[in-house]
Amino acid sequence: MSEANPFAVRMRGIVKQFPGVLANDHVDFDLRPGEIHALLGENGAGKSTLMNILSGLYAPNAGEIFIRGKPMRFRSPRDAIKAGIGMVHQHFMLVESHSVTENVILGLDKPRFRLRIKQAGETVAALGEQYGLRIDPEAAIWQLSVGEQQRVEIIKALYRGAKILILDEPTAVLTPQEAKELFHILQRMAGDGHAIIFISHKLDEVMQIAHRITVLRKGKVVGRRLASETDKKALARLMVGREVLFHLEKAPVRQGKTVLKVENLQARNDKGLPALKGISLEVREGEILGIAGVAGNGQTELGELLTGLRPSTSGRIFVDDRDLTGKTPRDFIDAGVANIPESRVEDGSVGNLNLVENIMLKGYRKTPGLFLDYRQWWQKSEQLVKAFDVQGASLRTPARLLSGGNLQKLILARELSSQPRLTIAVHPTQGLDIGATESVRKILLQQRAEGRAILLISEDLEEVRALSDRVAVMYEGEIIGIVPPETPLEEIGLMMAGTPRKTEVQ
Amino acid sequence: MSTLSELPRRGWTLRVERRLTRPRWVQVAVPIFSIILALLAGALIIAFNHVSPWAAYKAMYEGAFGNGYGIAGTFVKMIPLLLAGLGVSIAFRMKLWNIGAEGQLYFGAFLSGGLALFLPNWLPGWPPWLLISIIVAGGMVGGAFWGIIPGFLKAKLEVNEIITTLMMNYIAIYWMDYVVTILWRDPHSLGFPLTPQFERSLWLPRTPGLFFLPANHRVHIGLLFGLVAMVLIWVIMRYSKWGYEIKVIGENSRAAKYAGMNIARNVVLVMALSGALAGLAGVSEILGIIHRLQHQISPGYGYTAIIIAWLAKLNPIAIVLVSFLFGGLLVAGDQIQITMHMPGAISSILQGLILFFVLGGEILSEYKVRFVRREEER
Repeated sequence: MSEANPFAVRMRGIVKQFPGVLANDHVDFDLRPGEIHALLGENGAGKSTLMNILSGLYAPNAGEIFIRGKPMRFRSPRDAIKAGIGMVHQHFMLVESHSVTENVILGLDKPRFRLRIKQAGETVAALGEQYGLRIDPEAAIWQLSVGEQQRVEIIKALYRGAKILILDEPTAVLTPQEAKELFHILQRMAGDGHAIIFISHKLDEVMQIAHRITVLRKGKVVGRRLASETDKKALARLMVGREVLFHLEKAPVRQGKTVLKVENLQARNDKGLPALKGISLEVREGEILGIAGVAGNGQTELGELLTGLRPSTSGRIFVDDRDLTGKTPRDFIDAGVANIPESRVEDGSVGNLNLVENIMLKGYRKTPGLFLDYRQWWQKSEQLVKAFDVQGASLRTPARLLSGGNLQKLILARELSSQPRLTIAVHPTQGLDIGATESVRKILLQQRAEGRAILLISEDLEEVRALSDRVAVMYEGEIIGIVPPETPLEEIGLMMAGTPRKTEVQ
Repeated sequence: MSTLSELPRRGWTLRVERRLTRPRWVQVAVPIFSIILALLAGALIIAFNHVSPWAAYKAMYEGAFGNGYGIAGTFVKMIPLLLAGLGVSIAFRMKLWNIGAEGQLYFGAFLSGGLALFLPNWLPGWPPWLLISIIVAGGMVGGAFWGIIPGFLKAKLEVNEIITTLMMNYIAIYWMDYVVTILWRDPHSLGFPLTPQFERSLWLPRTPGLFFLPANHRVHIGLLFGLVAMVLIWVIMRYSKWGYEIKVIGENSRAAKYAGMNIARNVVLVMALSGALAGLAGVSEILGIIHRLQHQISPGYGYTAIIIAWLAKLNPIAIVLVSFLFGGLLVAGDQIQITMHMPGAISSILQGLILFFVLGGEILSEYKVRFVRREEER
């Protein structure tokens, strides 16, 4: 084995053709030992395809792969694992009811017959110790937080002897704290000679963690930069192919009547523990109230409560002075409350139904009589798909084939076309690429300009500050303070960590 | 490691890939090919019985479809299969696993059978068509009631409907045994578990003698009920707001809840409709063919209906075709028992094989196999 070889991975002229899409068009990529190399690009740029080729999931139509200088041809992920390549997927591949150790050794040839769980557990603990991946080897997966589950995936790869680690958008599911810890871990691993590929479309974190950055656009490599010699703006231009506005124009809007009024709201989470401990807030016409906070501090539950999807244990909810406490989702919809849900796929759309059927998901019942008015919805859908720029699909396409950004635009089209009085937007740009994020934010600001009330729940602090008129910070089920959006980031960060602030806006 | 780094050999290789979408021809070709494979596998089993598979299949085909008598018999068997198949299909659309069509059929038969036995005494002089209408409605109510119970348990208490519907089959079947051996037994039945025969005026009228049916055929207007039900379900699923709700709930119940749909109410309603159609199958069978209640009024129509709905991919028009085929299979099973002295279980075996191969084909058709030049593959 040629340790002298400067490249852990070299991919040359990789081509992958999917029906109708050239996902990778003669892509070159290389990776050095000890390096964190970011693969940057919008959704659909071909990042995941390239890495699925490297990890043996897909066979390329053309191109060569060299691992430590040797030409390789992977027939299956098993071959790639043998060659020392480990991949941590965005969606974890873990057995929920099994323990950490059981998951780590799952599918391995060794031990052959007798499980030596204890021994394996000690190895898991030792690996964890070495890289700061703190984890209890005997804990069951379902007991772990998302961040901890990700560590199990990394340990799984290391246990299989991975020297080359691929992480597919690893921070998409993490809180800022967990992301920070992950970065420490990655740096430690790189320092130990591991080569790491970091797939992302978030510029901030790429600048923070990567040594080198390869930018993909529409299946081609459009640039390769040292992180120390580039900046966010230049990367964004490469990625999107044009200038990107980082600053949104937020014109002053005259605020009108109070639309949403919440008094001392309390509720439990799925585990039956108190999630909201007395929330009171108001949102007016023409106002965006941002809710900031670390994930798991009651934001999700608040969003569900304000759309009727979760019962409250006490307190009151008024929309336009109508008491909606304890009412059904249907009553909230009828009162003019739109909902951009946290989970686009699980809540916001029906994957196997086409775009028209997804657009009429809430409005279908307005047609009098027993039957649907397909023609009307077809016409309406044509207009909305155009107006909200939902791309890449005919109206007959099943919604599951839309990309995340286009699906979100479809949901926005449905929700906002009902002329809502109040919109509850939960993580509206999570997982979207720059282009889609930009248009979703513009759409929300336009709603505000039209005098609608918006409650914006987001973990992206930049986003909350850029869009909101006031920022309410949640901590452990309470609103710890409401501050103007100009409040310095550090100060809001402190509040998110539970330190109250004296001065507040009304 | 050395095998991995070997340079690729020349020649061709097979590659299995997952399909993103299934082209139309695959959706049609796979079930047909699967049925052919099932027949081939069945041929092996027939050959084990020292019978020529070719002769057996020929006898089966001729018995079921070869002449007017066979076709008439096939239609007769098709009626309960069609009605119960449509019934379970609507529940399956909502991912409600109603496997209780058999019990719903039996309970519908029980209720309507009671009406058929006693109504002529209670309402003397009423015209037969009106009595028949009441009896048929009674059968549907009986089936619907038997479906609503598990529906309600599911909606209110989240009790698994697979278990409840299955268990209620046994209750209904044994309740029928009690009814025919003790409760309403015909005193002149010489100890056989039978009720008295229904009055002749209450028997379901025969369909008009279509050109290929023999004069004394037994095809009754239950066939018409089935076709009307087919159209009704097709219209509901395609054009109605209710059908749209059923589709959305079946595809993604969380999205349905998010959209403000009342899932609990729909569970009960769909189980009621599903049960009512199975009940209609029961009343059609006793008013049209058996003309009394007895032990075993159904040889498992309610279970075969599940296979039919599944093979037809829940498409109401396809259910008509598949239930015709399966009706023929039942007739053919009787036929080879008589002519070839083979066990009638052959037709059950074929049913099972068809389901096995179609489900297998269904899963395998999500993948495609490609021949790839090794050179290109690199």
